[in-house]
Amino acid sequence: MEVLVILVPLALGLGLVGLLGFLWSLKSGQYDDLEGAAWRAIADDEPAREKPAP
Amino acid sequence: MQAARDFSHYVRDLGSGLSHIDLAVEGVSCAGCMSKIERGLSAIPDVTLARVNLTDRRVALEWKQGALDPAGFIDRLAELGYKAYPFETAHAEAVEADNSRFLLRCLGVAAFASMNVMMLSIPVWFGNAGDMIPEQRDFFHWLSALIALPAAAYAGQPFFRSAFRALRTRNVNMDVPISIGVTLALAMSVVETLRHAEHAYFDAAIMLLTFLLVGRYLDQSMRLKTRAFAGNLAALKAETATRLVGAGEISEVPVAAIRPGDIVLLRPGERCAVDGTVIEGRSEIDQSLITGETLYATAEHGTAVYAGSLNISGSLRIRVSAASEGTLLAEITRLLDNALQARSRYVRLADRASKLYAPVVHATALLTIFGWALMGASWHDAIVTGIAVLIITCPCALGLAIPTVQTVASGAMFRAGVLLNSGDSIERLAEVDHIVFDKTGTLTLPELDVVNSASVPKEVFDLAGRLALASHHPVAAAVARASNAKSPLAGIVEQPGQGVRGFVDGEEVRLGRPSFCEADELADEILSLDPEVTAVAFRRGDACYVFAVRQRVRPDALAVVSALQARSIAVEILSGDREPAVRAAAQTLGIKEWRAGVTPADKIARIEDLKRQGFKVMMIGDGLNDAPSLAAAHVSMSPISAAHLSQATADLVFLGKPLAPVVAALDFSRKALHLMRQNLWLAVGYNLLAVPIAISGVVTPLIAAAAMSGSSLLVMLNALRARRVAHGRS
Repeated sequence: MEVLVILVPLALGLGLVGLLGFLWSLKSGQYDDLEGAAWRAIADDEPAREKPAP
Repeated sequence: MQAARDFSHYVRDLGSGLSHIDLAVEGVSCAGCMSKIERGLSAIPDVTLARVNLTDRRVALEWKQGALDPAGFIDRLAELGYKAYPFETAHAEAVEADNSRFLLRCLGVAAFASMNVMMLSIPVWFGNAGDMIPEQRDFFHWLSALIALPAAAYAGQPFFRSAFRALRTRNVNMDVPISIGVTLALAMSVVETLRHAEHAYFDAAIMLLTFLLVGRYLDQSMRLKTRAFAGNLAALKAETATRLVGAGEISEVPVAAIRPGDIVLLRPGERCAVDGTVIEGRSEIDQSLITGETLYATAEHGTAVYAGSLNISGSLRIRVSAASEGTLLAEITRLLDNALQARSRYVRLADRASKLYAPVVHATALLTIFGWALMGASWHDAIVTGIAVLIITCPCALGLAIPTVQTVASGAMFRAGVLLNSGDSIERLAEVDHIVFDKTGTLTLPELDVVNSASVPKEVFDLAGRLALASHHPVAAAVARASNAKSPLAGIVEQPGQGVRGFVDGEEVRLGRPSFCEADELADEILSLDPEVTAVAFRRGDACYVFAVRQRVRPDALAVVSALQARSIAVEILSGDREPAVRAAAQTLGIKEWRAGVTPADKIARIEDLKRQGFKVMMIGDGLNDAPSLAAAHVSMSPISAAHLSQATADLVFLGKPLAPVVAALDFSRKALHLMRQNLWLAVGYNLLAVPIAISGVVTPLIAAAAMSGSSLLVMLNALRARRVAHGRS
């Protein structure tokens, strides 16, 4: 059962990484246009653009 | 005199040498439009960002400061085939967007916490049955507490705040039992962990919050969607005014940039966007949007004009007054305020359910505690059982029952061409049994139309249409539209108040008043047949024709009225227009109840009267004069062409020329209300099954978790049925 010493912090750490990832995606506006995002995934040639300003 | 368009009001300076503007775009509906617009706008040099938001139907644009004129983007979009207009986020919408983001953040926190707590709980559940040692179980419980307590404190905020607000005003809403349940469950779990007990309910508490936040988020995102759409409508109506900036110099500015005291120019064919007083010029104005009266009024020096009036013949200079000074508007606003107050007394289905629910649940929990104590159980065991009752009855499915149906039904209505302004309008719409229509612009189309086009030769009609393009007069515009004329004739002179004339192949052509074309006899003949039409004459050389122009009823109005009557809904007309016009419309549509020449106050009185008789009244109207009665009715609807104030007041807005969305909205809302009730009963039924188990004290966290997800899933699946209604009768 000593393996718990590694596994539990690992599990919690992974959970936390997931949560932080979600909060980051929320903050960077990835949930602002759910309908458009669905279509963008299958658009074949996106026009080349500069990165959006922060 | 071509006015320069000045959109600087909408441009935001981002710093770092970039400018930003948001445009509302009409007609963006698919991925194809999205890439077409983005490619088309990115191709303009110096544009650094062009991104379409397909959900809100907007484009965000950024460019190097000073390099481009925003009006250029709108022209570019027009070339691509899209109508666009700068857009300013309304305060209300910004608040809803913030709320929505906060709820999603709470949902994220709660969802991740419940996943991780569940990961710890499952070993405990199976370990209890197997060989888990108590120290290990305690360790897992403490870890769960470490995750669940901070997560619940954060993600529970929407519920705690709302419950606190309700309690402070001595009310009970659904959030009160939720907050009490969650807090007690967490507190009990901590105590039980300290006592090295077998069961802790961290998972149940945090899972409950997750499910409830899903319902809350759905509710909020529906509200945000309608707000965003309303904002786009406002922007696309392109409320601009032509402001006089100096001697003879004019610029076209958004209405938001107009201040009281400014002088604006109102040209023939333009709709006035401000309230003010005429200081120069003489013209006829069409106030049908404000009063419902279709006869033109004369405007001259000193006449007050209101936003929404259409200028017919001459140019006017208007000094802008503060909006509140307008006597007519002030009157309408006052009536509106009163009516809106009455409206807010409506208690939503969810609140009615929670008013019944909360006391019952809390009483059951208390009775359980005392019951067990009387039967000789220890106080500790009695309280643990009582809290288990609270946890298992926490209105998880109840919290999802209504928002899920609302979301699905509003999506279905959206596809049928109806937009919702408020979430509870579905409930109110479903109860309607009496519909009051306004005539002008609601039963009839907002634009004029030529009714005798069949009796005029095609080539004459085409020529008249091309000639009509030279004029801004609404009657001329109707002729131009009906003939599908595209290319205007050259060298046409407009004689204000009379008509237009010019030369084609050496022959003089004229279009205008019958007297202007010497066609009085022909015109009188047409007028004697139908006194409601406006006669407009066309003369080419010696040949003379007269067009009859009038408002047409919406193409499917008759079918819609009979469909409504088939649903045993009473239909009546209340119009501010003259009696003959209203009677004609009522006869065409087979409506027996109608009143003409009704003032805004009379309309309200009639609606109040109907309400007293026990009818649930729906008002459908578009004019400014309808706004107070829209607010007074149980539920209200406006066409998309309606005046701003009316559209903002109406609960629902329908798109397009047909009236069919009215029937569709009614059907969808009835189905939705049916499903909401069904969902509430499902949730209650689940409680009836689960509560005896909880009272008997054999509930384990495993049972609580399974019951909670099971009932939530059931309710959500049932809500999906709101997408379809039986089309048999429509």
